[in-house]
Amino acid sequence: MEHKRVTLFAGHYGSGKTNIAVNYALHLASEGKKVCIGDLDIVNPYFRTKDSAEELTKAGVELISPQFANTNVDLPALPAEAYRLVEDKSIYAIMDIGGDDRGAYALGRYTPSILEENNYRMAFVANCYRPLTRTPEDALEVMREIENACHLRFTCIVNNSNLGEETTPETIRASEKFISELSRISGLPLWLTTAREDIAREIENVFPLRLQKKIFDLPPQKPASRPLWG
Amino acid sequence: MEERVLMKGNEAIAEAAIRAGCRHYFGYPITPQTEIAAYMAKKMPKIGGVFLQAESEIASINMVYGAAAAGMRVMTSSSSPGISLKTEGLSYIAGSDVPAFVVNVQRGGPGLGGIQPSQSDYFQATKGGGHGDYRMIVLAPASVQEMASLTIKGFNLADKYLMTAMILADGTIGQMMEPISFEDAEIENYDKPWALTGTNCERKHNIVNSLYLKPEELEVKNFERYERYKIVEENEPMWEEYMMEDAEYCVVAFGIASRVAKNAVVAAREEGIKVGLIRPITLWPFPKKPLLAAADKVKGFISVELNMGQMIEDIKLATQCKKPVSLCNRTGGMIPSPDQVLESIRNAAKGVF
Repeated sequence: MEHKRVTLFAGHYGSGKTNIAVNYALHLASEGKKVCIGDLDIVNPYFRTKDSAEELTKAGVELISPQFANTNVDLPALPAEAYRLVEDKSIYAIMDIGGDDRGAYALGRYTPSILEENNYRMAFVANCYRPLTRTPEDALEVMREIENACHLRFTCIVNNSNLGEETTPETIRASEKFISELSRISGLPLWLTTAREDIAREIENVFPLRLQKKIFDLPPQKPASRPLWG
Repeated sequence: MEERVLMKGNEAIAEAAIRAGCRHYFGYPITPQTEIAAYMAKKMPKIGGVFLQAESEIASINMVYGAAAAGMRVMTSSSSPGISLKTEGLSYIAGSDVPAFVVNVQRGGPGLGGIQPSQSDYFQATKGGGHGDYRMIVLAPASVQEMASLTIKGFNLADKYLMTAMILADGTIGQMMEPISFEDAEIENYDKPWALTGTNCERKHNIVNSLYLKPEELEVKNFERYERYKIVEENEPMWEEYMMEDAEYCVVAFGIASRVAKNAVVAAREEGIKVGLIRPITLWPFPKKPLLAAADKVKGFISVELNMGQMIEDIKLATQCKKPVSLCNRTGGMIPSPDQVLESIRNAAKGVF
């Protein structure tokens, strides 16, 4: 796999950006690269890169995250050291961008440096089972909104289509039509298809998401025995 | 094959509301339920609906009151401190007998509290919150699927009984993602001859109002309203029973606490303790019948709650204090572990409540 100096993951909220960014960082580190991952999400106070701080540190990945990440202080602020991601050319930088256009505004301040260096890959993370990106057209709309917010163009697509615990190899195969159509109307190539490790093993050319951070340890809820609709 | 999508609990509420025919959303952002407003902001303009971020919680609940009086399917959503601000409006809506749908994705309290999950607004939701004699239908989902199905159920019940139906969820279920389906959703439609839709000079005008200056009239209104509530209490309690057939001990838990409690029940069964679970799905009307029936069979109850012990009072009332009830709880945004619940079950088995 060819790596760029800066890799950015953006997309619809809940599409799996953070999970993929963390796993990609661990992958780069396993190849012996000097890696720094930056959490640029100033929108959502939950489900952050910092949840995986222990695993990242153990793998030698440096983590830059907002001062108030995981403190329950709902304060959108980025640390000054985040500039290292774009200024320090000796590291492989991974940038985890907040969801939707609202999350991508924060990226704008780093855009000039990223464009100047011009050694980046910006991946649109797509899950066709998310209700607001159910069609390629809806996904393209989110893509354009993000680009307009951060003034940076996507360069490729990551297919992270999944149904959580219910994901099977068939779930991923069924997403191929969506992804090829999104690729056609956006003009962007598919870079990676990602899946939980046990599923990735069953399909060719799927990037395995080995680390799955579980925030809640809950048993899956079977459909209730009596219908609740009426 | 049924179509499944991966949704956050908050999104599931918003999508279900739209499918239930809600075209009016008035709200004000607050963590951990902001995804509801974000979803509505994205979708409502595309389907000819209204998304309006009001200047405050109080403004938004009064917009709900207005749209409900006009016969619309309308909703608002907030989290604990925001619901406190809305309670005046909830009382007016109840006093005017118009249907509304309200979501509370609870966070830790009291006061501004924190942003982690909680169930400490149980009293507020089931005992009133606002002033005066009134009730709300309170629905407690325990999964993302139920966030969707109970939302549709809530809109139906609100229209059927001219009441506010409230989803009482918590930050965990609001934020977590699970695959769900919207197939087979049953949308009920009710005539609203009382609605303020304009007379066209062809009929007598309707009045929606909660002001009754003559005490005799206000008393009659309240009696009538409680006759309707009696029907709700008779017909609408919902609950789930789990491993209760031969149970000697009964865990009672709703929402996210019931998911944790289920794990503990399974673990206790493996240790040979005959324990089951009753999960109230409607918190008002409270499922009194299955609890009273259980009181004649089991040796005691364990109430698992994310608060200082609120539902436990309803359990004691429902079981007429026939058996002891112990409390297993965390508060302030903490969630009990399956081990903590298991320990409470072990204690019950030793006769310690």
